[in-house]
Amino acid sequence: MTVLSGKDLPRDGEQLQGPALDARLARTWGDAPGLWGWITTTDHKRIGIRYIVTGMVFLVLAGLSALWMRLQLATPENSMMTPDRYNQLFTMHGTTMMFLFAVPIMEAMAIYLVPLMIGTRNISFPRLNAFSYWMYLAGGVMIWVAFVLNIGPDAGWFSYTPLSGPQFSPGKRVDIWAQMITFTEVAALAVAVELVATILKQRAPGMTLARMPLFVWGALVTAFMVIFSMPSVALASSLLIADRLIGTHFYNAAEHGDPLLWQHLFWFFGHPEVYIIFLPATGFVSHITEAFSRRPVFAYPAMVLSLVTTGLLAFGVWVHHMFATGLPRLGYSFYTAATLAVSIPAAIQIFCWIATMWDGRPRFRVPLLYVVAFIVTFVIGGLSGVMQASVPIDLQVHDTYFVVAHFHYVLVGGAVFPLLGAFTYWFPKFTGRMMDDRLGKIAFWMIFIGFQVAFFPMHFLGLMGMPRRVYTYPTNMGWDELNLLATIGSFVVAAAFLVFIVNAIFSLARGAVAGANPWDAPGLEWATSSPPPQYNFPHIPVVSSRTPLWDNRNHLPVMTGLRVDDRELLLTSVMEAIPDVRDPSAMPSAWPLWAAMATTCLFISSIFTPWAVVIGAFPVAAALIGWFWPKSPPGPEPVIE
Amino acid sequence: MRRRLLLPIPLFVLVSGCAGIQSVSDDAGRESGLIWSLFVLFGIVTAIFYVAVIAFLIAAYWRRGGSNQDGLPDEGGVTRERSLRTAFFLWTGAVIGSLSLLALASYFTDRGLASVNPENKPMVGIDLVANQWWWDVRYHYDDPSQNIRTANEIHLPAGVPAMISLKSNDVIHSFWVPNLAGKQDLIPGRINDIVLMPRRIGHYRAQCAEYCGLQHAHMALDVIVESPADFQRWEAAQRQPAPAPATPLAQAGYAYVTSRECSTCHNIAGTNANGTVAPDLTHVAGRRTIAAGTLPMNRAGLYAWIADPQGAKPGNNMPTVGLNADELHAVAAYLETLK
Amino acid sequence: MSSPCRASLILLAFILLAGCDREKRGMTHEPKPETMAFVPSGDPRASDYENNAFQMSQGQRLFMWMNCVGCHAHGGGGMGPPLMDDKWRYGGRMEDIVYTILNGRPNGMPPFKGRLTEQQAWQLASYVRSLSAQPRQDVLYSRSDEMSITEPATLKERNAIMNEPPAPGHGPGK
Repeated sequence: MTVLSGKDLPRDGEQLQGPALDARLARTWGDAPGLWGWITTTDHKRIGIRYIVTGMVFLVLAGLSALWMRLQLATPENSMMTPDRYNQLFTMHGTTMMFLFAVPIMEAMAIYLVPLMIGTRNISFPRLNAFSYWMYLAGGVMIWVAFVLNIGPDAGWFSYTPLSGPQFSPGKRVDIWAQMITFTEVAALAVAVELVATILKQRAPGMTLARMPLFVWGALVTAFMVIFSMPSVALASSLLIADRLIGTHFYNAAEHGDPLLWQHLFWFFGHPEVYIIFLPATGFVSHITEAFSRRPVFAYPAMVLSLVTTGLLAFGVWVHHMFATGLPRLGYSFYTAATLAVSIPAAIQIFCWIATMWDGRPRFRVPLLYVVAFIVTFVIGGLSGVMQASVPIDLQVHDTYFVVAHFHYVLVGGAVFPLLGAFTYWFPKFTGRMMDDRLGKIAFWMIFIGFQVAFFPMHFLGLMGMPRRVYTYPTNMGWDELNLLATIGSFVVAAAFLVFIVNAIFSLARGAVAGANPWDAPGLEWATSSPPPQYNFPHIPVVSSRTPLWDNRNHLPVMTGLRVDDRELLLTSVMEAIPDVRDPSAMPSAWPLWAAMATTCLFISSIFTPWAVVIGAFPVAAALIGWFWPKSPPGPEPVIE
Repeated sequence: MRRRLLLPIPLFVLVSGCAGIQSVSDDAGRESGLIWSLFVLFGIVTAIFYVAVIAFLIAAYWRRGGSNQDGLPDEGGVTRERSLRTAFFLWTGAVIGSLSLLALASYFTDRGLASVNPENKPMVGIDLVANQWWWDVRYHYDDPSQNIRTANEIHLPAGVPAMISLKSNDVIHSFWVPNLAGKQDLIPGRINDIVLMPRRIGHYRAQCAEYCGLQHAHMALDVIVESPADFQRWEAAQRQPAPAPATPLAQAGYAYVTSRECSTCHNIAGTNANGTVAPDLTHVAGRRTIAAGTLPMNRAGLYAWIADPQGAKPGNNMPTVGLNADELHAVAAYLETLK
Repeated sequence: MSSPCRASLILLAFILLAGCDREKRGMTHEPKPETMAFVPSGDPRASDYENNAFQMSQGQRLFMWMNCVGCHAHGGGGMGPPLMDDKWRYGGRMEDIVYTILNGRPNGMPPFKGRLTEQQAWQLASYVRSLSAQPRQDVLYSRSDEMSITEPATLKERNAIMNEPPAPGHGPGK
């Protein structure tokens, strides 16, 4: 046994703190310099930022495709583009927004923020985390390359069979779409597993479940929802691929398959999906409201229960996408009731946020403005959702522009506005600099007003009978002016995003330098420097309340004793977060990238031949063997005198 | 923010003013009337809740918004945790109560819709078969010799319920006449049905409401609600075979249509044209539109459509036959006689 | 990155690049103007139609609509010769098949000239060739939405075409 003391002590503690500790930890947790470090990193912050930036790129691409569509729809009987182009565009828009932007970016925020919020050094399974990013990137690049080559999918983001089947979607377009699902599935499931393990086992000592930040609760519920819902769409898309590639008959009505099987499987995933996007956003709203209202969130237990309830009810409402398919009528009533019930937790949350502001002393900085915009917008979407829960009303508005308006109010209002607020709010933590306030306000007002101009008219368009997914419409239906108005609004939104992006880039270079806690916020992520060091915290913080930085100003208690010469995490118990064991965390490695490349080869080649699954399995196996090759046993445990 | 407060009111004014041939609010049937009343009820209740939320938000802003820019969280200001708690329970109760009310209203409306033909009248029976991208319409009667086949247009007698069976030959489509009722999907391998009870005479427009491929945008169906007497006249006319061509030009057109590419796919009763995979043309000139609502049924529409079917409706299954000018004149002239 | 992996990536890049026109939806007179005269051998339209998934699927639709199934079944043959084997009495190239469709053949194959447009004949020929998996692998479809008795074209071995003169006194029509 080696006995060490003084400055060689391999654990943090009274003898090892301050700059000496920082230097030692930086050596242990740092990445290799340059490109190799970039490839091999397992740091949740670097991967999180990578995810966020990629997600934003996909947001821009999907936004541009929306603008292109709005140009086509600006005037009736427009022949600017062929129906084929339009169908590819709306498919790419929906697919990218749902699979490549909304879900990944919410997970990306969680990848970055959760370990900081719960006071740990890294996410669990950090190599899996790196792998998930490469898979996500490969899937997204694949589908957009296909689009550029004019073989973009054109069966809609929902790809209803038999339209998406082998007879009515010739070529490889839908196969590419279905395989993109596989890529994002793998990525999303990997992240979900990491988040569940991180949240349940790596919380700072004292952070009981009842003291967990609301975003972490949102991330936890979301991760479980991903784990339960994604297999459904993975199954659906695998069956579709089998139908299309090797002629199985899962969705062929003539051979006792059923096109409705697709709809059940798809919506069993598809509806929880919107809550997968929405719940993390409620976490953003809670954090921003709390920090800027100078008051802990009102009725924390009600908020947590609302999150959990939403997560459960989300699995009981999928049939409300299928009210027109002729399933037994009385059975529909159950889904009406379940759908109406989902709005109860949402109503409770809305009340609690406004109550927090009402009872606090709100400072209306840019992030809180986005929260206000969220409430004003999301509630409209929620209420039009209540209308559609009713079977008779849904039979009229289903698949019309009323629904388009509804889900843009819910998803843009409910997820994108909070996301932009969160981006502004945590930007100083990500980069060490503040975003410009004036540009931020300009972007905010443009996006808020532009959004209403673009989407509010769509409610009327739907009631006036305009169906969705039409590449053009006849004149003299009374739809012309409202469509033009929507197009104008969409361009205002686009300009606003441009301002927002310019602001982000400008602030990255020259924004005011932010301290560790520029907003005087209460969460643990603000207890470390901005941007945080590779190891997040010099010492693991100890928590005794829900708002630790407000309750322990200047002297946040910490816990010492983790090794500094090896990557080590503190695991705590699931409920009470009592320190349990010290656990090693994976070192940087390039194997996740190699494994992702091998898997990408397998997935993409299997679009063209089923044999790729067999042959492609060998490189994947080789990469996984390399990844999990046993390391030499660690050195003897040092003992502290 | 306050701008939005007043929105629900113009909403109803605007929507109620949106009379149209494809409008949810301009109800002309029993089903759409029931649904629109339910919609108005939902609209009022949800508007009240929206106003409440926004009022609370404004109150939060006015109460202490902007004050004490840098104050610490625990400084100053008595929290009203207790009154908030009461408000919280009141709010939750109100939400649950009104949702239950709406659920009941929805349920009873749905039962109302489901009570097919409550007065037990004899019904018009129609088989509607969707194809990419047109509608095949068959009226069936107890005596099969009386059956009628037409396309892209249905006639309904006012005040008489119509039972429409919905089938699809290829992908999923959706039948939707907003002025008369909600939508119902046409799914391959299944038969759905919908009962319409039109009440007001007029011309309405239905449109496919489920994305069905390239020409989903051009898959409309004219719905003409007329008096029972007019309807019977229409039925009788539809049962007649196509009239014989009178002018030399029409005769030339007849010769072409019945012997060449047209007859491979189209049917014209009483002639050699007996294709089954494209719209029936027996009385095409009596319809309002051609190509499933894409072009008006007049000479210009016919010329445009026959000369270049892929121009107005790119991707549809009618090929470009490549008629020369004489043939085009003749074919259009003949089709115009098919009243 | 392992070398098979790299090789398949390069292969993939080629497939994708080659794929640009493979799925083009022929909306108007594409891919070649239909006013062009039919060339019995080496018609430039042959490969355009054969290697386009959309045209092939239009051919599949026409195969059902024109009741080709009535004689040829789903490629297996019946009253008419099978279309999914390697024996072609009148030639198995695109041009031969188009010629057969338009002008008919003795012993029962009716001429479709004037009944189908030339473009439709090309589409049908493309589909007929797919029954023996002649077109490129990435253009083929697996099945149609119907009762299915045949092997998916995507899994079929490609047969070399053997041009076989019609056997006298044998075959359909007698």
